[in-house]
Amino acid sequence: MKTFFAVLTVVAGIIGVWYLACVPMNIKGVLDAAEREGEQVTPATAKERRDASALGLVANNRFAMTRVWSVDRPRLPAPHQVAVELWQTTVEKKVTSKRSLIYHGKVTLTATLLGFGIGTLAGILLAVGIVHSKVMDMSVMPWAIVSQTIPIIALAPMIIVVLYSIGVQGLLPKAIIAAYLSFFPVVVGMVKGLRSPDHMQLDLLKTYNASTNHGFWKLRLPSSLPYLFASLKIGIAASLVGAIVGELPTGAVAGLGARLLAGSYYGQTVQIWSALFAAAILAAALVALLGLMERALLARMGVRS
Amino acid sequence: MLSQAEIEGFGDAQPVPSQTVIEARDLNLVFGSGETAVQALKDVNLTINKGDFVSFIGPSGCGKTTFLRCIAALEQPTGGSLTVNGMSPEEARKARAYGYVFQHAGLYPWRTIAKNIKLPLEIMGYSKAEQESRVEEVLKLVELEGFGGKFPWQLSGGMQQRASIARALGFDADILLMDEPFGALDEIVRDHLNEQLLQLWARTDKTIGFVTHSIPEAVYLSTKIVVMSPRPGRIHEIIDSPLPKERPLDIRDSAEFIEVSHRVREGLRAGHAE
Repeated sequence: MKTFFAVLTVVAGIIGVWYLACVPMNIKGVLDAAEREGEQVTPATAKERRDASALGLVANNRFAMTRVWSVDRPRLPAPHQVAVELWQTTVEKKVTSKRSLIYHGKVTLTATLLGFGIGTLAGILLAVGIVHSKVMDMSVMPWAIVSQTIPIIALAPMIIVVLYSIGVQGLLPKAIIAAYLSFFPVVVGMVKGLRSPDHMQLDLLKTYNASTNHGFWKLRLPSSLPYLFASLKIGIAASLVGAIVGELPTGAVAGLGARLLAGSYYGQTVQIWSALFAAAILAAALVALLGLMERALLARMGVRS
Repeated sequence: MLSQAEIEGFGDAQPVPSQTVIEARDLNLVFGSGETAVQALKDVNLTINKGDFVSFIGPSGCGKTTFLRCIAALEQPTGGSLTVNGMSPEEARKARAYGYVFQHAGLYPWRTIAKNIKLPLEIMGYSKAEQESRVEEVLKLVELEGFGGKFPWQLSGGMQQRASIARALGFDADILLMDEPFGALDEIVRDHLNEQLLQLWARTDKTIGFVTHSIPEAVYLSTKIVVMSPRPGRIHEIIDSPLPKERPLDIRDSAEFIEVSHRVREGLRAGHAE
């Protein structure tokens, strides 16, 4: 209950700041519209207002204050505008509609999950290789790190173009971009996890004359699971980002990325913000789901919670 | 000093008078090389017979743990010879000649006590039925019946250490190597476990190598006390205990016990002063 109120306070604070920020952000648009309607505005022309400070404009045009939260195409939409848009595009639209966020969310989610699957599998395999082979440790790890220093936004179009030229399009290119972002935390976490057993544990297995195989399945893998889950939570969020970025250069047909792009083409800030929130909610749900899986698995393993 | 008859008494009426289990001849071990080289063991000569309970005692850096690890083939000696059951330590390990107990129980937190004890049995390929019966057997030996289904965190430190001893007893190794197994436990628990360990030793006829830095513990448990001294790690003195095999806890107030303790203490002091 205490945490609930703490969270609520923070949320209320953010919403408060947001509403306040709408005033200076939207005041010029509101005043321009008012001038067109023939209302008395100070200063009178858009040209004069351009260089005036936003707060000064608010002070001189008190009548416009309340209008900043209901602008049609605001610079910064008010929270309730985003909420209404979210409601309309999820609950009130049919899921098959091109304007439904559920429809777009599903497109992005499919690519995210496929990419996450590929990335996780690749990450685990690489980590197993790195832990067991010194050559791989020295050759793969630096490249894995370098791979993450390249901005994905620069790489994504190239991946899509290259794959398109060999006839691969649609879901897979997006999934590969998602996998590209999600494999890295899995590699790092798994390497750390597989190496987490201490010397004593490894010596103990040695006294049993245990094989590398036994060491992996009976000691290293179970020890790595808490590390793996920490990585998976980062990985799935990164996957979602990857899938969205992967949707941007494809001409934006479907998906949350497409909604973002379309929104920015047509100045539909409300649409952009609602797509952003949809992505955030989706990411939070995925991370929470992984958290539940982690708890269930660790409880079955007898770990004290 | 032990008489021949007493040694025979340790095995279950073995016809062979004293079977050599572990033999070290001029054993040397140097860690590193050049300027930073550390002589961990220097010219160690020691014979351990079947059924012996041998304690290694000395200040830190005297090589007692290193010597135990050499026997277990966890360290490679750089000179001299060392045989375990007539084989090289490496071969002896492959033949699963010994069970090793570390200072920390090191139970897998994700396995129950029974499953922890099964770990070496699984690795060594025992059948499921055999695993079950052995787990039952060793749990009884360390007085942990009924705790097989518990997870390690549900047990006290002393019980965890007993479980780790059970884990080392599950397969038929006739040597038990223990590296300060009770070092992290409080005195009362330690006394109790020492008593239990003696009973277990009497029942199972194992040869035990035991590293400790507690004089009472070494004297109470051992038939042979190896006093070691540091820099370089070497054997200062080997004391054969005159105490009888039956040792109730109050034997520690007897004159003999105090006499042996005194000799060990003198040995440690002399070794340190050299």
